[in-house]
Amino acid sequence: MQLDAEQLIDVLAEKIGATDEGTVVVGIHSGGAWIAERLATRLGRALGGSIAVTLHRDDFAHRGLHPQKQSTALDFSVDGSDVLLVDDVLESGRTVRAALNELFDFGRPKRVRLAVLIDRAGRELPIEAQFVAMTLPLDPNQALDLTRADGHLRFEILPR
Amino acid sequence: MLTTNPQLTADKKLRHLLTIDGLPKAIIENILDTAAQFVSVGDREVKKVPLLRGKSVFNLFFENSTRTRTTFEIAAKRLSADVINLNIGASSTAKGESLIDTIDNLIAMDADMFVVRHAQSGAPHLIAKHTNLVRPGVAVVNAGDGRHAHPTQGLLDMYTIRHYKKSFHNLSVAIVGDILHSRVARSGIHALTTLGCPDVRVVGPKTLIPTECERMGVSVHHDMKRGIEGCDVVMMLRLQNERMEGPLLPSAQEFYKSFGLTAEKLARAKPDAIVMHPGPMNRGVEIESRIADGAQAVILPQVTFGIAVRMAVMSIVAGGGAA
Amino acid sequence: MSIDTTTSTQLEIRSGRVLDPASGTDQVASVFMTDDRITAVGQAPAGWKPDKVLDAAGKIVTAGLVDLSARLREPGYEHKATLESELMAASAGGVTSLVVPPDTEPVLDEPGLVEMLKRRGWTLNQARIYPLGALTAGLKGEKLAEMLELTEAGCLGFFQADRPIVDTTVLYRAMQYAATYGFTIWLRPEDAHLARGGIAHDGEVASRLGLAGIPVTAETVAIATITTLMRETGVRVHLARLSSAKGVELVRRAKAEGLPLTCDVGIHHLLLTDRDIGYFDSQYRFAPPLRSPADRDALSAAVIDGTIDAICSDHTPTDDDEKNVPFGEATPGASALEMLLPLTLKWAEQQHVPLAEAIARISLKPARILGKTQGPITAGALADLCIFDPRAYWAVTRETLVSQGKNTPWLGRELQGKVAHTICAGRIVYSA
Repeated sequence: MQLDAEQLIDVLAEKIGATDEGTVVVGIHSGGAWIAERLATRLGRALGGSIAVTLHRDDFAHRGLHPQKQSTALDFSVDGSDVLLVDDVLESGRTVRAALNELFDFGRPKRVRLAVLIDRAGRELPIEAQFVAMTLPLDPNQALDLTRADGHLRFEILPR
Repeated sequence: MLTTNPQLTADKKLRHLLTIDGLPKAIIENILDTAAQFVSVGDREVKKVPLLRGKSVFNLFFENSTRTRTTFEIAAKRLSADVINLNIGASSTAKGESLIDTIDNLIAMDADMFVVRHAQSGAPHLIAKHTNLVRPGVAVVNAGDGRHAHPTQGLLDMYTIRHYKKSFHNLSVAIVGDILHSRVARSGIHALTTLGCPDVRVVGPKTLIPTECERMGVSVHHDMKRGIEGCDVVMMLRLQNERMEGPLLPSAQEFYKSFGLTAEKLARAKPDAIVMHPGPMNRGVEIESRIADGAQAVILPQVTFGIAVRMAVMSIVAGGGAA
Repeated sequence: MSIDTTTSTQLEIRSGRVLDPASGTDQVASVFMTDDRITAVGQAPAGWKPDKVLDAAGKIVTAGLVDLSARLREPGYEHKATLESELMAASAGGVTSLVVPPDTEPVLDEPGLVEMLKRRGWTLNQARIYPLGALTAGLKGEKLAEMLELTEAGCLGFFQADRPIVDTTVLYRAMQYAATYGFTIWLRPEDAHLARGGIAHDGEVASRLGLAGIPVTAETVAIATITTLMRETGVRVHLARLSSAKGVELVRRAKAEGLPLTCDVGIHHLLLTDRDIGYFDSQYRFAPPLRSPADRDALSAAVIDGTIDAICSDHTPTDDDEKNVPFGEATPGASALEMLLPLTLKWAEQQHVPLAEAIARISLKPARILGKTQGPITAGALADLCIFDPRAYWAVTRETLVSQGKNTPWLGRELQGKVAHTICAGRIVYSA
């Protein structure tokens, strides 16, 4: 089953509506980073870069280091900033936790808000998004993957 | 009889880093890619990531090397590990305790990782084989053993070359000086040949070239000007003081004349060639100051990259090789 | 031969394949022994009433093995091994005569020490012990040992073991002095300077592993020196433990020239090479070092063509503290008495050497170097025999090894060829 992510980005932009001029959009690598790019354009706000969460993942002791070539790249001063953190899917909340830790290694933002395309339930941490394009409770055995083909973003629901 | 490679798990993941010889290309590339993530950690406000939080890293230096020990210490601390430095030369073995006894004692103190520097080639292998037996999961990182290997130096050299030259596929690399006694040269040679570098040359007098060196996949040169002709990378090696005069070489001055890197000789390499040295440098013996401080030298970036590479290695082996 | 059945002991080995390199015999037959001698082969003597019969059907009956080098570690290194443990190991390996190098502590440079060793050997009554005296006092390579006195005490020759004679003049004088009395000098050909600090064969493997090399020239220079001095002094020399193709070539030429030269090789050097060191496995550290595959092949060919006279175990029991250390700190050598026969069989199979010829190189030929005989298995000969099953496999483990030294490259592996009984001077000294 597939879902058009581009439409969901439109929905998300609408829900976010007007933002402060200083808001910086930051995506969580990798799906969140693709969305952040589009969202920043839609909102007319600065794209601040992307965050890789590898170094703050909490499953290191069980699974070791995840292979990832991408590292965090932020081209703004984090201290005192207003960050709109963007990810594709919110499930356990662990990725967001790791992203916040990573972000704080660069400084102390004034405010961080979270925007996701899909909230699929299954939270394991007390983390909620301020902006959600769609709520889609899925079975834990189902995976929700964001793919990019010909520059077009879509979700695929697959067995895990 | 060839037994299983103690640094790899059954499914070919890196559980210790003992040597680059025999490491699959994918593992080397993965270490370099992982290191790239760590390079920026040094620029952050918080120069620390929590990967090794709660882990105890023991720096076991049976041979003194403040510089290498410090870079490992910084790397481990940036990964949030607890670092314990043991200057073994001054403690246990001086009292006649065997290497294995020392290791057993430290394992009993719940060590998670050993960073080992030892004068005997193969000592880290012995320790790794022992930990595999008595406490699997305790990782060993070779910080230089005898003449055998200095794999993190080899990897940081590769990181440096990749940083400046992007790819290994069309490179000519010359390694110059005391190849015979150099673990840096051996690790560099294995890394370069594994990564697909088509032209690796070793340059030095016959007294400082190991027997059947060509079998490692290099060409041997005794004339430095010809040896570095057209090279993209010139890797100079350190000449130990005790070898400057004796049966291997008559004097440091005579060595410098033939094999010291001067502007005149460097002119034979490509104009954009980079110059590397593992440090500490003997100016006027291996390298002319003008070159060491010049635009082509990347000796200080090597040191910076070295910390990121060691962070990568430690976090990969501490995670059981998964990466 | 008449037999006094009231006081003597009669032993019969029934229906084994008697394979005797000395006489060329290869037939299924029974061997009859009375006390320490063979009484008959084939047909039982009249009135034969054996005290004991050993069934040897399907097994090979051959002369007891003669090992040109077995360190028993006594005196001085009893924590590594004792005469009791190592003579039991010899018997378990079918070895009935063994040459003991003088590198004990103290070294065998005094007649009293040699006599004590021989006496201990007689008391244990397991195998014949042939000590080599130290060539120089304390094996220090400075002063000559009392060769005449040591010979009277029972030394068969004089050896410098693994300790070098650095001063060539001392070597020259030792050779002259030994020649005076017709003594044989044993030397392991290795130039002390060229070998200094070396750990492994100077070649590809040592270069790769960063181990200091012992070049082949250490052996060839030493052989050149020794043979040159032999021409001057006329002394008889036995070269112990050849290791290289070039060394073999020098020996071949010296023998062709007619020099009174014999030599041996350790069994491990016929089967293993420096490649086997793998990841710094200290079980593969030997003195001389294991060399290249080409060297191993040349050694093999030299054993086959007779340039190398004998194969020995070079048995060196070591304890774990000597092996569980970095390669460069490990004591060279391995326990090998119990592996001499199966490893020689393995070599023979690899090289397509007939069984009798292979066995000759660990019995008849080494005995000749000592000026002794081993066999023939005929009436009147000494009853030193080895009965083995050439097909039986056995696992080399810490438990199966009799030697106190449990370190060998073959630990954990299976070998083919198992000794069933060893008979020394008519006495059953070992039964599996």
